[in-house]
Amino acid sequence: MNPRKKKAEKDVEEDINELEVKLKSSKEILPEKIYNELVEKLNKSNLSIRKKIDVVEETIRRYILSMIQPGEPVGTVAAQSIGEPGTQMTLRTFHYAGLMEFDVTLGLPRLIEIVDARHEPSTPIMRVYLDEENRNDLEKAKEIARRIEYTIISNVVSEISYVLGEPRIQIEIDRDMLEDKGVTPEEIIEAIEKLKIGEANIDENNSNIINVELSNDVMPEEELYDTKAFNEIISKIRKTYLKGIKGIKKTMIQEKSYEENGVKKKEYVILTEGSNLAEVMKIKGVDSKRIETNNIVEISQVLGIEAGRNAIIKEILDVLQNSGLDVDIRHVMLVADMMTWTGKIRQIGRLGVVGEKPSVIARAAFEVTINQIYNAAITGEDEKFFGVTESISAGLIPKVGTGIVMLGMGATPIKPSINNTENK
Amino acid sequence: MSYASAYKEVERYLIDKIHFSLLSPIEIRKMAKVTVVRPEIYEADGSPVSGGVRDPHFGAIEPGERCPVCGNTREDCPGHFGKIDLARPVLLPHLGDKINVILQSTCRNCGRILLPDEKISYYTNIYLKLKEKWPVLAETFADEVAKQSSSVSECPHCGYKQYKLKFIKPFTFYEVRPEGEIRLTPSEIRERLERVQDKDIIVLGVDPKAARPEWMVLTVLPVPPLSVRPSITMENGLRAEDDLTHALVEIVRQNERLKNFLSSNAPESMVEEAWQTLQNVIAAYIDNELPNIYQLSHRGRKQLKTIAQRLKGKEGRLRGNLNGKRVNFSARTVISPDPYISIDEVGVPEEIAKILTLPIVVTPYNIEEARKYVLNGPYNWPGAMFVYKSKQNMKIDLRYQRNYRQLAESLEIGDIVERHLINGDIVLFNRQPSLHRMSIMAHKVRVMPGRTFRLNLLDCAPYNADFDGDEMNLHVPRLEEARSEAEELMLVEKQILSPRYGGPIIGGRQDYISGSYLLTVKTTLLTKEEVSLLMAAANYKGKMPEPAIIKPQPLWTGKQLVSLFLPEGLNFEGRAKINAGELKCDNERCFFDSYDIISNGRLLMGVFDKNAIGAEQPENVLHYITLEYGSDKAREFLDNVFRMFIRMLEIKGFSISLREVEIPKEAKEKINIMVEQAKNEIQEYINDYKEGNLEVIPGRTAEESLELKIIQRLQKLRDDAGKLAISYMDPFNNAFIMARTGARGSDINITQMAAMLGQQTVRGKRISRGFRTRTLPQFKPGDLSPEARGFIISNFRSGLKPYEVFFHAAGGREGLVDTAVKTSQSGYMQRRLINALQDLYISYDGTVRDSVGDIIQFKYGEDGVDPMLTYHGKAVNIDRIIQKAKGE
Repeated sequence: MNPRKKKAEKDVEEDINELEVKLKSSKEILPEKIYNELVEKLNKSNLSIRKKIDVVEETIRRYILSMIQPGEPVGTVAAQSIGEPGTQMTLRTFHYAGLMEFDVTLGLPRLIEIVDARHEPSTPIMRVYLDEENRNDLEKAKEIARRIEYTIISNVVSEISYVLGEPRIQIEIDRDMLEDKGVTPEEIIEAIEKLKIGEANIDENNSNIINVELSNDVMPEEELYDTKAFNEIISKIRKTYLKGIKGIKKTMIQEKSYEENGVKKKEYVILTEGSNLAEVMKIKGVDSKRIETNNIVEISQVLGIEAGRNAIIKEILDVLQNSGLDVDIRHVMLVADMMTWTGKIRQIGRLGVVGEKPSVIARAAFEVTINQIYNAAITGEDEKFFGVTESISAGLIPKVGTGIVMLGMGATPIKPSINNTENK
Repeated sequence: MSYASAYKEVERYLIDKIHFSLLSPIEIRKMAKVTVVRPEIYEADGSPVSGGVRDPHFGAIEPGERCPVCGNTREDCPGHFGKIDLARPVLLPHLGDKINVILQSTCRNCGRILLPDEKISYYTNIYLKLKEKWPVLAETFADEVAKQSSSVSECPHCGYKQYKLKFIKPFTFYEVRPEGEIRLTPSEIRERLERVQDKDIIVLGVDPKAARPEWMVLTVLPVPPLSVRPSITMENGLRAEDDLTHALVEIVRQNERLKNFLSSNAPESMVEEAWQTLQNVIAAYIDNELPNIYQLSHRGRKQLKTIAQRLKGKEGRLRGNLNGKRVNFSARTVISPDPYISIDEVGVPEEIAKILTLPIVVTPYNIEEARKYVLNGPYNWPGAMFVYKSKQNMKIDLRYQRNYRQLAESLEIGDIVERHLINGDIVLFNRQPSLHRMSIMAHKVRVMPGRTFRLNLLDCAPYNADFDGDEMNLHVPRLEEARSEAEELMLVEKQILSPRYGGPIIGGRQDYISGSYLLTVKTTLLTKEEVSLLMAAANYKGKMPEPAIIKPQPLWTGKQLVSLFLPEGLNFEGRAKINAGELKCDNERCFFDSYDIISNGRLLMGVFDKNAIGAEQPENVLHYITLEYGSDKAREFLDNVFRMFIRMLEIKGFSISLREVEIPKEAKEKINIMVEQAKNEIQEYINDYKEGNLEVIPGRTAEESLELKIIQRLQKLRDDAGKLAISYMDPFNNAFIMARTGARGSDINITQMAAMLGQQTVRGKRISRGFRTRTLPQFKPGDLSPEARGFIISNFRSGLKPYEVFFHAAGGREGLVDTAVKTSQSGYMQRRLINALQDLYISYDGTVRDSVGDIIQFKYGEDGVDPMLTYHGKAVNIDRIIQKAKGE
């Protein structure tokens, strides 16, 4: 073989080795996502080995250049980045695109709701995905939706009436609703009999009417002309539970397309108004791994704080995206971490993150000034001036940004404190 | 020696900590220099009453007065406290709840906590441990203990029976005994609190060293020194006392009254009443806004501002004077635009430059310069305001100095000259509301004639400024450290990239976009004269490029000119803003010139519009220049090229007229047909609805379904009409250019001007209110047709019908209300976010920590990348790196 060619081959071999070494070291430096992207794109490209080495080197260089610097006040930046676009947000409740059935709180009110860590969002909504067996069958999806939807007797009857003087209540069933909710008249009768107010039967002449013969101890003779007594019983009947999960006021089935291994597929998803994560997860046929709710506190209670953190991130990003605003995910993550790092969801405000600051002055400067000072006096708190607000109050340099650097030049040193000098 | 301390020698210390505690009666007595017993303030001859609230022992505050306590004049007398000995003890307001808790959980006989000894010590241990690490948890724990012990009905220590307490805010306690509810007087409460032992009380969350429980009931009231409550002497010689003094007078009066009753053995009910009044007055003195108290007020019914009111709220001591301070060396005036100064400059009026000063220390290197300033005096720019002679320790105000020459010659090394602001000085420039860090940026001064601040138009985006009368503030950092930090961190060019989304926030808007489009569009060919004008505007100093067309006359393209300024090696590929609708294309084979390609610093294809040079557009040309070539290069680009864009408009001329939004008759007719069609369809919906045949959207009522359908149909109508109108427009129609390039306005604006306004909404619904079943009197009751519910068929070009004007106003008003509400809500949210997050910083180990060093994130953002330095969130743009490698 031509020795020159041989040498060239050897060079190529060396280059390949070098590339491998570089890639290996880059794996340690680069975040996984960037590393994977790098490898994928390098393989796709038809660059020479030498150029590939250059690309790896440049990638590492650019990554290191983009690293954040010590001292950077990331909290303030995050707060500004989320707060500043707030002025550009809508104040109104809008529908989801293509979803006319529900009103969903979006924009600024929803954002405030999230950082407030409310226990119940103003428009709780769940998206219930179904398991493989049920997701492609509309009938089965409907069946599951019926099991989820909270149904009481008043949902399926059109009228409940009585005649004064007769110990009887007539319930007129709404056949359409009955079918829609998947309830049989027998179930209604069963539910009414559980109330122990008397015997319930389907009317002989009209199968749409259920007669409830009230027993004597529920409706004694002397009350037979008392409308109030009747109305009490009727409202009790109306509220009687038939089926479903508490808190789920409405369900709706939506067709959703998704992609699996590059193949487009369709599935049925149940949307609910109202949220009850723990109970819905237990329903058979529901894919409990993909179920979604917009109630953050509920998620953290059922699935743990990490899930709560992810829910906060997702919800904030959703709101921002819906308003067409562009905010880096890192800011949102920081807010979510600040709200969850203690293991409990804390609101951004007086009753949460700010209220639990270690500094008396920082808390007093925020809200409820007087009470904060009194409490500090009773518990004998010390103000140590670690944070930003306190430092500004006292004319000290806050320990963020360039303030974390403790380096001075030339000037006469300021005595650290009276106490310390006395000790010496 | 630092400059600040040069003026006055003072001993300076850093605060280590502040300890909060209740004042004990002993302490109060110890620090009191006078006891107040007389409610009068002044004697008949105008001298302060001895033993009154203005007793001279409270400290010297009048000029020339000597303090009888410390012997200092008012400059050096710190002021001294006095006291009022209360005839009967009085509860501290705000502490009612705490007192209640303590009384409920301790024995009414022996004062021990109503838990067995071992439990107390066990709980105390837990509490102390918790308090060290989790103070918030400790508080909850203390509440829990209190709950436990207050439910005990027999003291485990002395066996005494316990009664429930009833606490009525603000300061009435009843003991619920079998014989009835008995009121506990403050004296009794104090006695009980005295019996509580130090070792017990800790577990209830009270530090006995800082706050003995009986100190929560006052027996002696401290009276603050006069410097805390200075009186104002008006021109007519009348004195106006501070609100606190008024409140104190009231306290003394009530106290003396009670004393009188007690010494004269007045009936119990009168004593009781006076005691309650005293209690109330003292509560009001501390907090005049407590619920259920009788508030103290001036004769004119204005409420007194007492201690709590001084501290509280936005204008209170904490937020108004400690967190936010008033500053010197600042200026404020109207801003006006100036495209001919650099983006990192600010035009400062000479008048302002002559007032704002900067200290320079005289050195051998600048002594001549310093002399020049002194020679010019305070009224000629660039001059000096003060000279500080370091040897004589003397500050000379040049305004009262005649002989500048002599002073200039006497300057020595080490003297300090306060000179006027001159070109190149670093100042901070700010526009409220300061919503993000780009709201305060450092600029270089450029002293100019006129009375306004001049601002480069490209800086409008970060400040969110316009020139309809906006005012801005300017601050002069005076210490070297502050100035260098401002220059290195806050300079405009360092703020081109926004940390919010990883993209440039500075960039072209409005005319810059139109101009760049007109310059770079295919049809633009420029003569030599035009090229010269443009390149002069851009400050180009190189050679003229080869013309693109030589015959019949040399002509240049706009793309050629732009390419001259693009840095070498720059690559860019992307869609222009105009790449939409009929001009859409997906790759470089683009006939409409709407796909931008820059290769190796040359604009090969595509036009420059919002997507290439616009403000707040991530991943545009500006972004790549700033990230890859440095902010200095980006500033240069912004300064030079953008000037060329507006020069282009100056050459071409650019405006809009009524003709711009005029559409041909044919189009109008087509729109009319569309309107008729939509109306008919909607009438069908309405008929269906009235007959009950309307298809109902699941989960909605029939009315809601009808409304939704009508709104949808009308939305479609307007969109169609708009599309039609736009399709008739000339591609060089100026309104059309502005909308399509992203310079100003959108298709909706054009639709509203040329075709129709569309549906006006209030609260997201068609307008339905006004009269009972109709919106305006010319409609029939119950009319649901589009026109009767706020659909406007007219356009701005042809003008609105009278009733349409009303609908438009209704919709417009809602917008105004919304903005007003939104700003206050989002402002509060941002304040809360800032307060919650401001202590977080990146530590040297890369973790995110809070003020006490607790770790919030182990790696910032999970990858440790600064969002400001990203490609729209991505740390590295590997595609660009590969592309660049390919090109080499």
